[in-house]
Amino acid sequence: MSTVNIKINGTPVEVAAGTSILHAARQAGYKIPTLCYHEDLVPFGSCGLCIVKQEGSTKILRACAATAFEGMSIITHDPELHEVRKTILEMILSTHPSSCLTCIRNGECELQDLAAEFGIREQPFEVRLSDRPVDTSSDSIVLDPEKCIKCGRCVQVCQDLQGVFALEFIGRGDDTIMAPAAMLQLEDSPCVRCGQCVVHCPVGAIYEKDEIATFRDAINDPDKQVVVQIAPSIRVGLSESFGLPAGTVTTKRIYAALRKLGAVAVHDTNFGADLTIMEEGSELLGRIAGGGPLPQFTSCCPAWVDYIEKYYPDLLDYVSSAKSPMQMVGAVQKTFYADRTKIDPAKMYTVAIMPCTAKKYETLRDESMYSSGHKDVDLVLTTREFARLIKSSGIDFLSLEEEESDNPLGEYSGAGTIFGATGGVMEAAVRTAYHVATGKELENVDVETVRGLEEIKKGTVDFDGTPVRVAVVHGLSHVAELLDEVREAKAKGEQAPYEFIEVMACRGGCIAGGGQPYGATDILRKERAAGLYADDKASEVRCSHHNESIIKLYDEFLEKPLSEKAHHLLHTTYETRSKYTN
Amino acid sequence: MAFRNYILVCGGTACESIKSDQIYKNLIKACEDHGIADEVQIVKTGCFGFCEQGPIVKVLPEDAFYVKVEPKDAEEIIAEHVIKGRQVERLLYDKSSSTRHARVEDIQFYQKQFRIVLRNCGFINPESIDEYIAREGYQGLERALFEMTSEDIIEELKNSGLRGRGGAGFPTWMKWNFTRQAKEDIKYVVCNADEGDPGAYMDRSTLEGDPHSVIEAMTICGKTIGAHKGYIYIRAEYPLAIDRLEIAMQQAREYGLLGKDILGSGFDFDIEIRLGAGAFVCGEETALLQSIEGKRGMPQPRPPFPAVKGLWGKPTVINNVETWANIPVIITRGATWFSKIGTSDSKGTKVFALTGKIRNSGLVEVPMGTTLRDIIFDIGGGIAGGKKFKAVQTGGPSGGVLTEEYLDTPIDFGSLVKAGSMMGSGGMIVMDEDDCIVDVAKFYLDFSVDESCGKCAPCRIGGKSLHRILEKITKGNGVIEDIATMEAIGEAMKKGSLCALGQTTPNPILSSLEHFKDEYLAHIEDKKCPSGTCKDLISYWILEDKCTGCTICARKCPVDAISGARKEIHVIDQAACTQCGVCYEMCRFDAIEIR
Amino acid sequence: MAKMTLEELRKLRQQVQGDLQKRDIEGKDSRIIIGMGTCGIAAGAKETLDGFLSALDEKKITNISVTQTGCMGLCYVEPTVEVIVPNMPTVIYGKVDKETAKKIIEEHIGAGRLVTDHIYDRPAADIIKKDGGR
Repeated sequence: MSTVNIKINGTPVEVAAGTSILHAARQAGYKIPTLCYHEDLVPFGSCGLCIVKQEGSTKILRACAATAFEGMSIITHDPELHEVRKTILEMILSTHPSSCLTCIRNGECELQDLAAEFGIREQPFEVRLSDRPVDTSSDSIVLDPEKCIKCGRCVQVCQDLQGVFALEFIGRGDDTIMAPAAMLQLEDSPCVRCGQCVVHCPVGAIYEKDEIATFRDAINDPDKQVVVQIAPSIRVGLSESFGLPAGTVTTKRIYAALRKLGAVAVHDTNFGADLTIMEEGSELLGRIAGGGPLPQFTSCCPAWVDYIEKYYPDLLDYVSSAKSPMQMVGAVQKTFYADRTKIDPAKMYTVAIMPCTAKKYETLRDESMYSSGHKDVDLVLTTREFARLIKSSGIDFLSLEEEESDNPLGEYSGAGTIFGATGGVMEAAVRTAYHVATGKELENVDVETVRGLEEIKKGTVDFDGTPVRVAVVHGLSHVAELLDEVREAKAKGEQAPYEFIEVMACRGGCIAGGGQPYGATDILRKERAAGLYADDKASEVRCSHHNESIIKLYDEFLEKPLSEKAHHLLHTTYETRSKYTN
Repeated sequence: MAFRNYILVCGGTACESIKSDQIYKNLIKACEDHGIADEVQIVKTGCFGFCEQGPIVKVLPEDAFYVKVEPKDAEEIIAEHVIKGRQVERLLYDKSSSTRHARVEDIQFYQKQFRIVLRNCGFINPESIDEYIAREGYQGLERALFEMTSEDIIEELKNSGLRGRGGAGFPTWMKWNFTRQAKEDIKYVVCNADEGDPGAYMDRSTLEGDPHSVIEAMTICGKTIGAHKGYIYIRAEYPLAIDRLEIAMQQAREYGLLGKDILGSGFDFDIEIRLGAGAFVCGEETALLQSIEGKRGMPQPRPPFPAVKGLWGKPTVINNVETWANIPVIITRGATWFSKIGTSDSKGTKVFALTGKIRNSGLVEVPMGTTLRDIIFDIGGGIAGGKKFKAVQTGGPSGGVLTEEYLDTPIDFGSLVKAGSMMGSGGMIVMDEDDCIVDVAKFYLDFSVDESCGKCAPCRIGGKSLHRILEKITKGNGVIEDIATMEAIGEAMKKGSLCALGQTTPNPILSSLEHFKDEYLAHIEDKKCPSGTCKDLISYWILEDKCTGCTICARKCPVDAISGARKEIHVIDQAACTQCGVCYEMCRFDAIEIR
Repeated sequence: MAKMTLEELRKLRQQVQGDLQKRDIEGKDSRIIIGMGTCGIAAGAKETLDGFLSALDEKKITNISVTQTGCMGLCYVEPTVEVIVPNMPTVIYGKVDKETAKKIIEEHIGAGRLVTDHIYDRPAADIIKKDGGR
């Protein structure tokens, strides 16, 4: 790998060819201020804070976009640059309200951090704020135009990373805004609620629908029995909210916290993940044996499901009919578990802590989400809401004693826990499907080929002589490629060269979902995923079909995978939806 | 021939005032005296534009060009030239031409213009490819395809010294060479015909009058860099140019000069037109490429430059119309011919759109190095209406104003920048004593702020802030601190904006502040507009000693703000007056004053 | 015309150049060329064109071609018209409205008299003719 030698503020540093000046400066120990820049995105160049000078030239460069070349000598900080950056920041602040104290991002805001770093003490420019109303039309995401600083990240994310185009630049110059096309409300736009805009927004202009108050009401309601499940990604995501290294597994402390908060039972969505594998794995083998339709797409990601309903409704038959783990748990809680514990399902209030904003919508997706006779999942709280809830409830999370979950819906296998990482669903499915198809067990249950951050991972798994072609894709903008392949094949009456495809809307998988702590970068994604794989490795039971509680559930309640009861409670249907309504 | 000779007497105002009418009369008399009144027509013409050597008399068909003619010379012109066939040498502009049948083409330009870019405009029917071919058309392409290698072409361009005419002045050979060297199979050639500067129409006229020159040039570039597809991005507000281009391309395709296997060389190249949609910022090259890709026209950080990563991520040459129009003639006639014109670092010519308070407004094409004075007072004929020159604005909304002391600045890439402005794409707006500099600065701000794409904070917010301050000042609400504030915002915009639109938006203000600070101070401190333009700072008053009570002003006033009976002194109601100025224009007694 | 080879292009160029030269020197037909760029049209060149066509029609003159060209560089006196009549000097008229167009037909074409007050000079020489090649 070739390198170049450059100087940053006189300090010589050797960097890989193609490195941006921003990263080269970091290597040399200098932090150039940025605002619109994000590692997930192509450098946009809109804020102008990262400007640097070249020695001996009047030219100004944007450090985020310009690459270092041999012999370059860069000045990152001097009085003139500081003055210009400060003026730009003051300009941006003049379009942003100073209501930090009542803002959801108070203490976690990139603009706040910059204002502090620059020592802003006065407001030399006339403050002009947007008077457009807050958009609360969506079940998951709120748009607050007053706080928007037009950095452009959300539009880049929605269009380039996710390929959804729910958010656009509208208008020009001073009138520029970020909003859905034709000024539609978010709910009427193609938005799939993945929440990637939320986790990339540097300020409080886009945030999750905050339902902490609803949780409190339920807990304080003497009539309600609150039962909580936590998603795979929570156990590695919550740690960052409490200052622990990314990827630290805190499962048992979370159970303890939930009990302290007043939950009467604590379950684990990983159980639901194992259940999903049983159902979906059987479905897949059925399709492989019975002629399709193949490939089968996973269905646990609600943003992905919304995407295919809106963008490729002609291919809905390919999607697995299995519900997501969360919904499966909810349905089982209000039937099997209610029956077991004699809790009146009408009084059972099921809460799910999720790394995902789309899950809030999933609970109302269609009538199959009421398969128990009640709303299967009453409330979804994102990881961030959960963190705020814990903090505001006087619970000292770090000193909690570890506790166990409530069985039978708390027991899970290693396969269930890795659902949170891209490739995890695939790996879990392979472990079980192999056994069901061949009667044997995989010698090595670690299927490394489907792990990692490569956008589309393809491979073939050998089912004792039968090749099963799989693909794993994350980041919605990349799934179109595979969908187009399937569509083309379908038009010719053929099958695209895959049997099973896992889709996760968020890059890295749920561990970097729209509800997780802010600041996801590929490094964080790897660290969080590593926590899950470690959790898997440390599990006694590694495969879904070895989960005793799962076996018991079928024996005592569901009979067998794809039974009529299973179909009623654990499966759903799909429908064509318009990208634009109203 | 109906007449043996035609004698043209320049009837321009300058010559008029110096006796051309007398010359005219004397010539007629002389003809009558010599009995040839039926054989010679004496005609008064419009202005020949050579006022400093006037009065001018031209005798046809010999094209004898007489300058500084006196009324008494009329007799000699008739007696010697017309009757005896001997031109009056002492009066001839080009003395060497008397010995031969002087043709206008041999006269060494009494006019200062040299039309290379516009070489065919006005000479050919732009919808006739044959006429273009007859005038060296597609000869450059012949050389490029059959006689030169890509390296040869780059070398020719390098020696010609051609620099981009869109405003940046980047050496054209270098841009082509970077793109040529990029290792990619797909490359593109793009023509920037978005011409957005207010008052600029050089590119429009070139495309309307000589569309093939650009088509030929782009094809030559395609061959040089290894591209097979070209795009002409032209603003939709130029329907005639678009039409002419479509026709020209169709004709070229029919002749095999565009499309597959051009002239049997095996080289394929074709061009597609893409229309702009009303955004000045799409004249910025990266925004333009985004627009062609169907995206919102917002500039992208550079590097990477289009030569490396342009249209759809592929190496792209993008040049301005005027740059393209120079290419065929350079390849046909060679770099040596071209580099003889202009200065040492700015070769060739530049087309300017000379507008504003100028007598002869229009497109002028002059060799680089021509002074502002020559363009404004010689070619342009000076200020109209006998008013005084105040300043000239060059470079469009990106440029600055220059005062009288800079009139001898030569036009080239460096000198104007040194003087505090820039050449830009060629806009040149002349202002006289009646123009308010602060108002002019605000006009440009209006434009730049309206056209800002809004992507980057310094331009989006800074431009608007500057505009609000200028509004305040022109309304009489300015404070002295505003000047320092504008300078600080200007600095931030210059250094922090993503593209040249934002970077140069403060230029009209900053440069006018330098040369006309007193006007700003008058607006801010005295709350007055010295040139009587800013409506909120002026008022109209009827002078009692001059008013005759004719009632014209009262009748014409659109808001009925003037009262007064017939033959009585009229009065303007200041509260109702909207300062529209109609009464001032209508009054025949100079009885209305602007204060 | 079918797609050309290099030789055919060169032949065509020579042929057209010859034709044009012949027309310039020996031409029997008169020509009126109107500047029809956007600036000309904005100044009224379309009405000027109408003026010429109707005047020619009225006088039943048929051997005159009326064509168009681009910007002649006399933007401040648009509409501009170049009038070429055999055995007469070629002149450029400016500020040619419908009335002037009629006058041109009557006097210049009809009687060989130049029209007063409207003649202007090209602002620069023709570099194609002047240098004539490398």
